[in-house]
Amino acid sequence: MPINKIVDSFDEAVADVFDGATIMVGGFGTVVSIPSCLLEAIDRKGVKNLTTVSNASGFGADIWKLQGAPFPEDMDILIRNNKVKKAIVSAPISALYVNNFEKLWRDGKIEREMVPQGTLAERIRAAKAGIGGFYVRTGVGTVVEEGKEKKIIDGKEYILELPIKADFAIIHAHKGDRFGNLVYRGTSRTFNPVMAGAAKVTIAEVDEIVEASELDPETIVTPGVYVQRVVQRPRPASDKGEIKDSQAKESLAKFGEDIKRATDKQRRA
Amino acid sequence: MREELIKKEKLDRQVMALRVAREFQDGEMVNLGQGIPTLCSNFVPSGREVIFQSENGVMGYGEITLPGEGDLDLVNASGQTVHPAPGMCLFDNCESFVMIRGGHLDITVMGAYQVSEKGDLCNYMVPARQVGTIGGAMDLAFGAKKVIIVMNHITKEGDYRIKKKPEYEITAPHCVSLLVTDIAVIEVTDKGMVLKEYAPGWTPAEVQELTEPTLIIAPDCCEMTLA
Repeated sequence: MPINKIVDSFDEAVADVFDGATIMVGGFGTVVSIPSCLLEAIDRKGVKNLTTVSNASGFGADIWKLQGAPFPEDMDILIRNNKVKKAIVSAPISALYVNNFEKLWRDGKIEREMVPQGTLAERIRAAKAGIGGFYVRTGVGTVVEEGKEKKIIDGKEYILELPIKADFAIIHAHKGDRFGNLVYRGTSRTFNPVMAGAAKVTIAEVDEIVEASELDPETIVTPGVYVQRVVQRPRPASDKGEIKDSQAKESLAKFGEDIKRATDKQRRA
Repeated sequence: MREELIKKEKLDRQVMALRVAREFQDGEMVNLGQGIPTLCSNFVPSGREVIFQSENGVMGYGEITLPGEGDLDLVNASGQTVHPAPGMCLFDNCESFVMIRGGHLDITVMGAYQVSEKGDLCNYMVPARQVGTIGGAMDLAFGAKKVIIVMNHITKEGDYRIKKKPEYEITAPHCVSLLVTDIAVIEVTDKGMVLKEYAPGWTPAEVQELTEPTLIIAPDCCEMTLA
């Protein structure tokens, strides 16, 4: 039977996410790098007491809607709906305004483990790579070193950091195929390829699913072995109302045909 | 005297960014933090080629685009859309911090709330809100070969930001090499803080009045030239 990691809907993609699960959420700060539809699906599923691992704690959909983002949800959807018990995070707040994470944290309604960004990335990589931990300079002499083993290496002090393991990693990529191979676009790689393969189950939300032969093996960033499920975003909602998943596929296919026809016509001319 | 100095005209953000950018040497790789530092990419001295790195996974980007004109998939660490530059390349966060922590970065420019006499940096805890956000700041402060801080010399209330000892939780100890403020350029050395330049219209004595640690006046200390 041909290998096929493609699932048809976001709800199906997160069907086994459970109460108390640890979930890595890819992306950085801006919403285009974030698996927005998977976050929405997890929110819809109604699971609680989650531990999340992410770079930021979200700005909220309203801000991204102002920018015209077709998929505006970020980490804030799980935070504001009280689905998160503990956040392992590098940049939880904004210097510019008070986000929902900060409000909950002030009220003692959410736990926080703040990790320097490079240490966060490397701790995730350690889980992915099967490494038991690593020594690093970042944080020596600061609050970050509290409770951690220290070691002098080449005359300098280092602290021991341990891997972060998770049940699920949800990530966003530009294109994916049925093997789970992924490519990204621009600065939207960020934590996405780092988290792929660091959890027991990695679920990739992609802008477009393509035929297996379409991705250039020289440029694939995430090898399919790290990915268990691939799910495609619907086409952005237009002013005609929301487009359902199946309709999106149809219209995308039609769009492809139109392009092909136009190109053929050009060639003939 | 102090009250007058608090109100006295100081350099604006653009001029501070211009002064910082003069530190960039040909071929150096530079990371720019949020706020005034990101403005520095607009003031690279002519004839010098500098590579800008951003922690979210890009090296070799150009100037910030006009609002609404850029590609949302090409942003700096502040989320501002930027122009690509020749030789640009993209990578993930892990690779980005391998670069930063592995000592492959020549300069990082960051803002700060406080800097101590010994070069301790406080820039992750927002003082008014007592809540922190570390982000990439700690790795940058530990990893870059040179840490340049650009900030206002005093707080809005007129309090010292350049302190004998840090009051807030520190981002990294003894890491700051150079401080560019809206009235001075100060080098942090083993012997103490050395005043190198003062803003036009200011005197070393006036800069000292707004600085808690005692400044060593450099033999070649001079007025900042901005032309």
